[in-house]
Formats: sequence, structure tokens, C-alpha cells
Amino acid sequence: MSAFKPVLTQHIYQQDCHTLPFYQSVGGYTALEKVLTMDPEDVIDVVKNSNLRGRGGAGFPAGIKWGFLPKDMVKPTYLINNADESEPGTFKDRLLINKAPHQMLEGMLIAAYAIRCNLAFIYIRGEFYKEAEVLEKVLSEAYAANLLGKNILGSKYDLDVIVHRGAGAYICGEETALIESLEGKRGCPRLKPPFPALEGYLKCPTIVNNVETLSNLPHIINRGAEWFRSIGPEKGPGPKLYCVSGCVNSPGVFEEPMGTSLKKLIYENAGGIKNDNQLKAVLPGGSSSAILTAEEAVTLNMDFDSLMDAKTMLGSAGIIVMDDTVNMVQACLNIARFYAHESCGQCTPCREGTTWLVKMLTRMVQGGGKAGDIKMLYEITDNIGGLIDFSKGSFGKTICPFGEAVAWPIRSFVEKFESEFINYIPQQETVA
Amino acid sequence: MKSKAQPKSGFSFADSERVERILSQYPNKKSATLPLLHLAQSQEGYISSSVIDTIADLVDCHQSVVMDCVSFYTMLYTKLQGRHIIQVCQTLSCSLNGADSLVDHIRDKYEIEPGGTTADDRFTLMKVECLGSCGTAPVVQVNNDYHEGLSLEEFDQLLESLE
Repeated sequence: MSAFKPVLTQHIYQQDCHTLPFYQSVGGYTALEKVLTMDPEDVIDVVKNSNLRGRGGAGFPAGIKWGFLPKDMVKPTYLINNADESEPGTFKDRLLINKAPHQMLEGMLIAAYAIRCNLAFIYIRGEFYKEAEVLEKVLSEAYAANLLGKNILGSKYDLDVIVHRGAGAYICGEETALIESLEGKRGCPRLKPPFPALEGYLKCPTIVNNVETLSNLPHIINRGAEWFRSIGPEKGPGPKLYCVSGCVNSPGVFEEPMGTSLKKLIYENAGGIKNDNQLKAVLPGGSSSAILTAEEAVTLNMDFDSLMDAKTMLGSAGIIVMDDTVNMVQACLNIARFYAHESCGQCTPCREGTTWLVKMLTRMVQGGGKAGDIKMLYEITDNIGGLIDFSKGSFGKTICPFGEAVAWPIRSFVEKFESEFINYIPQQETVA
Repeated sequence: MKSKAQPKSGFSFADSERVERILSQYPNKKSATLPLLHLAQSQEGYISSSVIDTIADLVDCHQSVVMDCVSFYTMLYTKLQGRHIIQVCQTLSCSLNGADSLVDHIRDKYEIEPGGTTADDRFTLMKVECLGSCGTAPVVQVNNDYHEGLSLEEFDQLLESLE
């Protein structure tokens, strides 16, 4: 196999790479020109054939998601670009927005055309203030060049795009919470079904796609579905942005084929473990993924199915690396605190459970560990996220997957590093 | 709908053209709630009750509906903050790369607890959750700007430079 050449990040180190003239000088918007001559259904078929799976975390096939839209559309259809990047360990979409915003916008245009949408949104997390400014500039460039607005490039196709800033809520990355937030409400996820493809923004058919997912579209159109499928595993192929952070020498975003080994990403791309320490554990797909021990991590490939088989997930490919100096109980508390803060509060198991996890773990860390704490930690996680049995797919104690996103990592910390948790329980307590 | 018995709102937007533009671009008025709240906060520094009254009028819903929204989002403040809002990310990657020592530093040097504001209103300190820049940990957001990969010395200089 020939060496992989970056696709999404090919030009990000060049000067003015975020501008329209630069993007056009490297073939930008030629995929759009091609798409505007195609039947929207054919565009959907190309994307379906590419097996492009969503890059936001869930990994749902993008073309199939689009296919869920009602066939006889009487209501308007909306496209939302999910730029609410908030999963701990994830910082790839911010890079794409800053360095290749027109690639993302071209992807939005292709998606919007395919699903016959005339108004699209970029929902960007509120903290990304500078990035929202970048996007406003990008939109004005595009309007001035007739790449947005009425009769785009003479095609009779119209599209407007609005940049909509969030206001500091992790849960708004969940697509129905995002839609609620866009409607001017609290970001509380909706009960599904109906899925957004049938009833989304203002009860109209709505497609929510991630920044990285959309950024892949111009390349799929230009080079074809077959080319895309030839990169990495057939069932979930394509170029992939991996974010490596934590205890590594050179943290950053690295573009490699889907299915790249975690060992390569940590030791080659990210320059290995800091201070010559030993690898201890890895969260492979953001803080919502189950943790891997060093032994597990070095054998695994980073793709949807390999990680699912290892009872964790690719998620957003936010790889958080921990070395042998890291206290796993403290790290677990850090993550529990994140979820307690970010729970939207509408489901009791999640709202109360996350708070209890923080209380318990804080007590343990402060020297107040008690006999039965380990058992209690398992009980609480099971109450929030259900018994974790991947083979049975048994989940669903909360309206949205936030419950599982807390339960899986916390439970895995306790399971895989139990001895460290036991160390926080005084001897006489463990006997009792 | 706003009750007629209520006094006229004390807040008005400085940039009324921008308000019109925001309201007109969405298919319904209520979707303009968050953008209008952001705009109001950039003008006033926080969301006062008269801001809520004004926005409720503009988006055509009861004040309680706007308040319900405001109370959900951590970036919307219901009271005035210091001139510089120092937000130190404390989530895992930042925590593994020294975020706690940044918090300790500002706490000791400026006698300020997380959530608090210095007596001269210079700084408000907040410990915040993941800012989405884990590759350049530790990260501190000051008002709208990110400061990434900060050493203790750089953080100290940054604070010194803020009047």
C-alpha cells in the first residue's frame, strides 16, 4: 500500500489556507460545481456507497442518515453542521474551522443540495468566539462569490447559512439537544423517535452532521466512493483526524487512515510518553469511551469496529494518554466531575447519579473511603447507564446516550484499576 | 406576552440594525433568543432582568421562557463579572498538564477563589470544563481569547498584562 497522504489537512500549514482564493487555487468548490449538475438522489447514493460514517462520535453512516428524510417533503428541510466540539480530548473540528473552513462549507453545500435544504446552520460552541468570527468572514466571502445565496453559480439552487453560537453546554453536541438549543430553549435532549430526519428543527426534517464528516464530502465527490472505501477498513473507511493529548511529548491532531494503530499514534505521531515514563492507560475516543490498559491499547487499531469489539469506542477519536504517574482515582474523579457539571438534569439517574459519583470519589480521595464503596460505584454506574452488555446492546435508562457516556468510562476505570480504588479504602474497612 | 402592568424595560440594544438582522434571518423569532442574549451580554456584561424583558418582547414569549434558557447556559451570566474573566480549563488533559497549579497561582497571588471576583473587579476566576483545546493544555480563556500551552510564568505575565 502506498504511503497515506493527508486529505482533510493537506493544506493546513500553508499561508492563507483559510481564504477563498487559496481554497480555489487548490481545486476548492469543483466538487460543488459537479454536484450542482447531479440529481440530489445520486449525490446521496455516492455518499452511501462511500460508507462514510459520522465523525462526531456515534459513527452512524452519513448517507443512510440522509436517506431517512421523508420522500414527499412538504415542509422545509434543514441542515445543521454540528461544530459544538466539547468532548474532552477532542480538538479536531476547531482545526478544520480555523485552517480549512471553505472545505467544510463546500461539504455543507454538497450535503444541503443532496437533502434539498435551503437554510443551513453552523452550531458552534460558544467558547469558540474567534472561530465564529472566522466563519462569519468565510460566509461573506462565499456570498460575494455567489457560492451562497440565490441561484448559486447559476444553478437555480439557493442556500443561506447562519452561524449560531452555543453558550457553554456540552450536551448541545447531542443532536436533539442542539436542536432544542437552536430553537432558543434549554439544551435538553428529546425522546426519540421521532428522529430529527423526520421531526427536527421546528418539527421539520433536519439532518445534523459533524464538521469533519462534512469536510470529507468534497473529496468523496471529486475522487469517488471507491477511492474513499480503499482507505482503511471497508465498513468504516476514510481519512481520520486523531486528537492525541495528555502525557505525550507532541500532542496534536494527526490525520491518518481509519484503522491506524493506537501504538503508532501514541509513539510515532505524538512522539511517545512524556519524561520517558511508561504508558498506563488510554481513553481512545474521548472521555465517554471505556478506558484501555496499556497492554490493551498497544494492540488495538483505531476504527469503529475494532474498538467496539474491545468494548470501548472510537467516539470522536479524542485519545487521552495517561502515564504511570497518573492516579487513576483522581483521573476518574476528574471525569465524573465533568459529567456532573454537564448533565442537563432532566433524567433522574443521570442528574443524581453523576452527583453521587463525584461525592463518593471526592470522599475516597480525601481519605474517607469505606467498605462497600467499590460495589456502590458499580451500582451507581449501572443505575445511570444500565448494565453494560455490549452483546445485548442493553442500554437506555436515560433519554439520551449521556447516561452511557458517564457509566462506561467510570465503570471501566473501577474495573480495570480496581486495586487503586481499593487502596483508598482503609484496611480495617476492607476487612469489615 | 409581557404583562401590561409591568414597567417599561430599562434595557435597549445599542445596535438595533444588528438586532433586526438577527431576528430576520431565522424562520421563527424564538430561535433568535441565544444570539440576542449573546449580543446583550456583550453590551451590558451580564443578563439583567431588563435584558430578559427586552428579549422576551423581541422574540414574542414570556420572560420566564427566556429566563429558563438563560439559567441553563454557563456562558450567560446573571450578575456582573470582573473586567477579565479568567477561565481555567480543569478537565483531564489540562489537569494532567498543570492546570491545577495555574488555579493555585492566581488564587494565592490575587486572593481569589474560583467563582469569585477580586475586590477591584479586575478578575473573575472560573474553573471551567473542557475548552476543546486539549492538544495545547493547559488552556485558559480570558474573555473571548484562548491562551494555550501556558507555563506558570507565562500565565503570571498574562495576568500582569491585564489592567
